[in-house]
Amino acid sequence: MLAGCIVTIEVAVLSIIIGIAFGVLLALARMGRKDVWSWVANAWIEVARNTPALFQIYLAYFGLGSLGLHISSFLALLAGITFNNAGYLAETFRGGLRAIPGTQIRAARSLGMTAGQGFRLVVLPQLIRVVYYPITNQMILAVLMTALGLTVGLDSDLAGVTQRFNVLTYRTFEYFSVAAVLYYLVAKILLAAARLLAFRLFRY
Amino acid sequence: MIEIEDVHKSFGLLEVIKGVTMNVARGEVVSVIGGSGSGKSTLLMCVNGLEPINSGRILVDGTVVHARETDLNKLRTKIGIVFQQWNAFPHLTVLENVMLAPRKVLGKSRQDAEAVAVERLTHVGLADKLKVYPSKLSGGQQQRMAIARALAMSPDYMLLDEVTSALDPQLVGEVLDTLRLLSSEGMTMIVVTHEIRFARDVSNRVAFFHQGRIHEIGPPEQVIGSPRQPETMAFLKSVL
Ligand SMILES: Nc1ncnc2c1ncn2[C@@H]1O[C@H](COP(=O)(O)OP(=O)(O)O)[C@@H](O)[C@H]1O
Ligand SMILES: [Mg+2]
Repeated sequence: MLAGCIVTIEVAVLSIIIGIAFGVLLALARMGRKDVWSWVANAWIEVARNTPALFQIYLAYFGLGSLGLHISSFLALLAGITFNNAGYLAETFRGGLRAIPGTQIRAARSLGMTAGQGFRLVVLPQLIRVVYYPITNQMILAVLMTALGLTVGLDSDLAGVTQRFNVLTYRTFEYFSVAAVLYYLVAKILLAAARLLAFRLFRY
Repeated sequence: MIEIEDVHKSFGLLEVIKGVTMNVARGEVVSVIGGSGSGKSTLLMCVNGLEPINSGRILVDGTVVHARETDLNKLRTKIGIVFQQWNAFPHLTVLENVMLAPRKVLGKSRQDAEAVAVERLTHVGLADKLKVYPSKLSGGQQQRMAIARALAMSPDYMLLDEVTSALDPQLVGEVLDTLRLLSSEGMTMIVVTHEIRFARDVSNRVAFFHQGRIHEIGPPEQVIGSPRQPETMAFLKSVL
């Protein structure tokens, strides 16, 4: 079951990292000019936030499958959760950017900084701080969402391993209790790691 | 020398500067007084090119601020500006706040930038706050830090926009003292202020702004001591 925990953490962390990358792109597309990209971003964000994660994972597996694109259940789970993360994080980034007052940019520009320097040296460091806790929250949600891998036949993550033992032994209560405790611990350990990193990162 | 020639400026349909002409010579301190909404802040932001203008022109040492070929980033290094709201960069210490632009814009080495920053911060009385984050400073200290940050670029001009307006009364004095110090050192300044006594004591000239125009300009003894325009009198009465 510990090996299952590793797979679960792997999916959660990967889906957050890729989700951040897509989230940034979505936020930029949505805030930018009204073109096909802003439309795509809008649709993505709306669907990700307003439909069950289960469907998103299902669609990644069976939907893409019916289009002739067969991917493993691991990849389907990763894609589904990443899709979900990106949608939520895009809104986090958009809100975060709004939380940084325009006067900060004005101050940077009046010191002779270019727009790029102002963003990189003044806005970005503050933005990272603003979005940091929402990102860790989303990561915990991602850990919990990985259990949905069961529905697309993933048997190597924590939920999958648990279900395998359950089927073999029928000791449902015992195995699922242990799994619940392990999910709890994984979530808490990731949170503690994030806190530790925050402590090193943000000194103000 | 700053030359403002018949400048007009609108936000959408609202014309906020309606033909302002004013020169500020090297070493001169010009105070700008006037009711809120009369266009004082907008004018300062036009001078360093943060805001575009609709017509007229502004020259700084002969460079046309709003000309297409003007390198605004370079121009801004010689015009320090400090705003009413404290614009400290919250993620940087006081020292780092002041070092940032000299390093990244002027390309100074860490040691050089630090030496200048420490010198300027000492000048404004913040030598004991170098390693502190701005959130731990009082409003007056933040404002003095902002002044030091502008001074670290070794500007030829300082534009100050109501730098004491957001401060508690007991903190105003320390910031005004810093400005007095600057003027005694010969810094060229445009000071937008509601501190009439300060304007009277420190400026070479006082400009009274009213509805987007300079309504009255002249030496402080005249504009503040014996104003000619009824609007100036009314304004002075309301703030004194
Ligand atoms: N960015 C802006 N967009 C639209 N209107 C503005 C903007 N900045 C200032 N104004 C308007 O321009 C007028 C002059 O403002 P301002 O220069 O701030 O006056 P003051 O500094 O004298 O109080 C006000 O009516 C204000 O509402
Ligand atoms: Mg103003």
